[in-house]
Amino acid sequence: MAFDTPHRDYSLTGPERDRAIERGLVAAEWYHSDIPRKDMKALMTRRDQPAIRDTILWIALLIGTASAGILLWGTWGALPFWLAYGVLYASASDARWHECGHGTAFRTSWMNDAVYLFASFLQMRNPVSWRWSHARHHTDTIIVGRDPEISVMRPTDFTLKALAFVGIPSAFTAFATLLRNATGRYGPDERDYIPDSDLPRATVWARIFVAIHLAAWALALATWSIIPVLLIGGPRIYGTWQMVMTGLLQHGGLAEDVLDHRLNSRSVLMDPVNRWLYLNMNYHVEHHMFPMVPYHALPRLHALIRHDLPPPNPSIRHAYAEMIRALVRQRREPGYHLRRALPPTARPYREDLHDAASVPQTPAA
Amino acid sequence: MSDWVDVCAEDEIEEEDVIRFDHDGRTFAVYRDEGGAVFCTDGLCTHEQVHLADGLVMDDTIECPRHNGRFNYKTGAALRTPACVALATYPARFNAGRIEVQV
Repeated sequence: MAFDTPHRDYSLTGPERDRAIERGLVAAEWYHSDIPRKDMKALMTRRDQPAIRDTILWIALLIGTASAGILLWGTWGALPFWLAYGVLYASASDARWHECGHGTAFRTSWMNDAVYLFASFLQMRNPVSWRWSHARHHTDTIIVGRDPEISVMRPTDFTLKALAFVGIPSAFTAFATLLRNATGRYGPDERDYIPDSDLPRATVWARIFVAIHLAAWALALATWSIIPVLLIGGPRIYGTWQMVMTGLLQHGGLAEDVLDHRLNSRSVLMDPVNRWLYLNMNYHVEHHMFPMVPYHALPRLHALIRHDLPPPNPSIRHAYAEMIRALVRQRREPGYHLRRALPPTARPYREDLHDAASVPQTPAA
Repeated sequence: MSDWVDVCAEDEIEEEDVIRFDHDGRTFAVYRDEGGAVFCTDGLCTHEQVHLADGLVMDDTIECPRHNGRFNYKTGAALRTPACVALATYPARFNAGRIEVQV
């Protein structure tokens, strides 16, 4: 039977928010796989060493590729270095922003905070508001009207999603948001998840980030060279594709308004390079179920609970094929979502947690 | 002043760990630090009502398992957003091989 569901309002202040509250989907109880406390403690244990190693490598590669790009400027030999620099700047920074925002990358707090601020700048994200945004994303994951980080809304606009791979319009909207925040202005969605007490701090950081970007532009004009902008800000256009490629897979084509991360998140097996850039966030069901487990322990967590999860997609290509089929179908049936088979060892989907609140659907005429 | 309430045997909480303790319709978190000393706070994160006993004890801090907000479980102070409001703390002690709290 085909179902039809009206287009939904993904804002945080519209009728969907009230519906989510009424349906008991807000700050609700979520399903978790069982893990003995002893194992969980071992998984949660914080260490500095893996993140220090990965951060040194990341910074060294940023400096190395940028230096090579500048030295070879004017030759085709510069191109691969700029492309690599862009990915390290605009894609790898997303994973560092994310992990340090959770405070799990390093054991030492100031290291998390320092890398978080640096990565926030590279991402053109206000470090204060995005910390609150991401906390909400973990409270109400893919709950329409509550989650500010739903990146694949129904029905999918495939043209916009294709443009996202080259930072359009996200790089421009991100900078416009920083500019707006720098003048102390916040939209209704931002005000929904940022406490008033933190708005002045958000304004200060927005001003600092905007000033650095404007300085790069000023330097480019003063030297009549594009290099300052290729180094600062520009990578949000030419290096963002890997972040989008991996990010769309996190929840795309899966369920909305459910309270079991196995239904709304996707784990994908990836090659070592993408896993390093992405800091193991390919284990996304596991991350959402247990966000206090550091990135370096996610493969161990996956091994421990894989019997209770739908099998991960075996590759990025496989995951895209599955997701795109679902997104195409959602254009005809916005209420459709993937529902992946669980292994026989798994506990059933906890649909009882959200069943009473399921999206009302009416048979299509 | 309220009475001391029995929680569990001393060895039921490992050093640098926490357990949940429910009493009289309220929920608490009872900790032991690296040196073995015992502490007690409210059991739910002040940010979003998540049981802290599922979180991670590191040095003097407890980290909420959902959003990684942190508190000093000895003083109750909120140390890391999204935790902004301090936890209430309660006296805790050892008594004849048992852990007791005054809540």
